[in-house]
Amino acid sequence: MTADSKPKTVLYRVLRFEPEGSSNPRWQEYTIPYTSGLTVLDGLWVIKEGVDPSLVWRSSCRMGICGSCGMFINGLPRLSCNTQISELGSSTVEVAPLPNFDILRDLVPDLGPMFDHHQALSPFILRPDREELEKPTAEYYQSSAEMERYLQFSYCIKCASCIAACPTVATDPVYSGPMPLAQAQRYNTDTRDDGFDIRKLALRGPQGPWRCHFAGECSRVCPKGVDPAKAIQLLRRDLVADYLRLRRPTPPAAVVEKPDDIARRPDIPEAPPATV
Amino acid sequence: MLESRGHPNRLGMRGWLFGGRWGPDRYLYSLHRITGLGLLLYFAMHIILTSSRALGQGAWEESMARVSGPLFVIGEYLVFVAFAFHAINGLRLALAEVGFGVGKPIEPIYPYRTALDEQRPIVVVAMILVALLIVVGGLDFFVWH
Amino acid sequence: MQDQKLWTWHLAAGLVILVLLGLHMAIMHLDAALGIFNPSGGHPIDWANVVARGQTLFFSVTYVLLLGVALFHGLYGLRNILLELAPGPGLKTAISWLLIITGVALFVLGTWAAWKAHQVALGGVLV
Ligand code: SF4
Ligand code: FES
Repeated sequence: MTADSKPKTVLYRVLRFEPEGSSNPRWQEYTIPYTSGLTVLDGLWVIKEGVDPSLVWRSSCRMGICGSCGMFINGLPRLSCNTQISELGSSTVEVAPLPNFDILRDLVPDLGPMFDHHQALSPFILRPDREELEKPTAEYYQSSAEMERYLQFSYCIKCASCIAACPTVATDPVYSGPMPLAQAQRYNTDTRDDGFDIRKLALRGPQGPWRCHFAGECSRVCPKGVDPAKAIQLLRRDLVADYLRLRRPTPPAAVVEKPDDIARRPDIPEAPPATV
Repeated sequence: MLESRGHPNRLGMRGWLFGGRWGPDRYLYSLHRITGLGLLLYFAMHIILTSSRALGQGAWEESMARVSGPLFVIGEYLVFVAFAFHAINGLRLALAEVGFGVGKPIEPIYPYRTALDEQRPIVVVAMILVALLIVVGGLDFFVWH
Repeated sequence: MQDQKLWTWHLAAGLVILVLLGLHMAIMHLDAALGIFNPSGGHPIDWANVVARGQTLFFSVTYVLLLGVALFHGLYGLRNILLELAPGPGLKTAISWLLIITGVALFVLGTWAAWKAHQVALGGVLV
């Protein structure tokens, strides 16, 4: 910044809510100096440290990894740590908690319902050989082409932006929403998994993908490029094919056989004993 | 789940139409819903009205006379427009919603390419088709008759 | 009933409607442009044309098919929208039954009309 240029400022309009205080959320304004590279989250810290220590939000990694800082910023759900103020194209930053979730305090939404839906769709590998799953003796076989069928969906950081953007979730608490459905698809397509029939018990009902009408907002706002709308349509294809008996189930990938005709090289030491 | 003591913040029906600064697919979704409801309402009335043909020429011509006049022609044209949109967009959705034309899972590299980008050319073609149908229908309704 | 089944049928119904209603719309509203199935000239809703179509088995059968398929497609769509408004369990059942009864009533009325019109047309009560 050159000496004669005036320091630029940013106006923050933040939605505040105190559960123990007066009933309704209200807007509060703060003006802070703008420095180049300031993210929306940085600005909130400037406010908390210098202006109003009572402001509350969730954040952790400040680098788009942990998924805790999803907020409704200038009309779109986004990660506040991943949003530069310069990219908003406005000197006013309007920050509200993610819609479609109860507000616990200030910018903190209650993500509980989303995780209940997530859990209900068994977002983990399900397969019959529990013994092997608990105490693995080797890897399960999976080619890289097979991995690419679900890898994109596994980048999800559970930031809830997609749920805040979904028009169906805006009225319907029964529908699972984009993130849980994308995760169901992520595990359904994993070749190591055998849980399609178990997840189907939930997916064939109103929790399933049937109330998705492809408004596509989830994919538009997802900060990780997970593309939940694509996952939901692919999930629906499998379920429709299943109903029409066109789906050919494949057995889950087998454990890779240990080669037995290979001798250990003498110069490689034994692995140290397991610590856990 | 613990009982939440938070402030309810579901967008409600407002969220169907305006949840923020949304993209074109959100508007197609709203239009699809509105035209669908309109067509259903018209369809119910249409079944009742055209049933009069079972009672012979007199009853038929009487009921057709009840719905003639410029206002009804415009109304019928709106039904045609709704049909054109709902049919073409519906065909697009029918394919997309069973996973055709949304693309394969890819490596998400910024700027992300999503199913919406895969759909974009299809949407454009579909909307051109809708526009064509609306124009041809309009000529048929108002000019060639 | 499971949405997995109903939605699959909703989709299939949509495709049938696309063909049949497309034909219906072309006959009724693009007649000047295409001039199809309008045997006695004039307007497609003139009585003579109604009779001409009523005489054909093809039209009588597809009318009933289109009627049933479109009612299912439309009413399932409406049910989806209504259930997205998160009604309570009692209201939900009421909505489902109300829509089923409406659908059946309209289907019976329409089928009766198509069948009767077919008879009238074949009986040659042409005036
Ligand atoms: S799918 Fe995307 S928007 Fe949704 S929770 Fe995962 S990372 Fe966030
Ligand atoms: S703070 Fe971790 S994603 Fe933003």
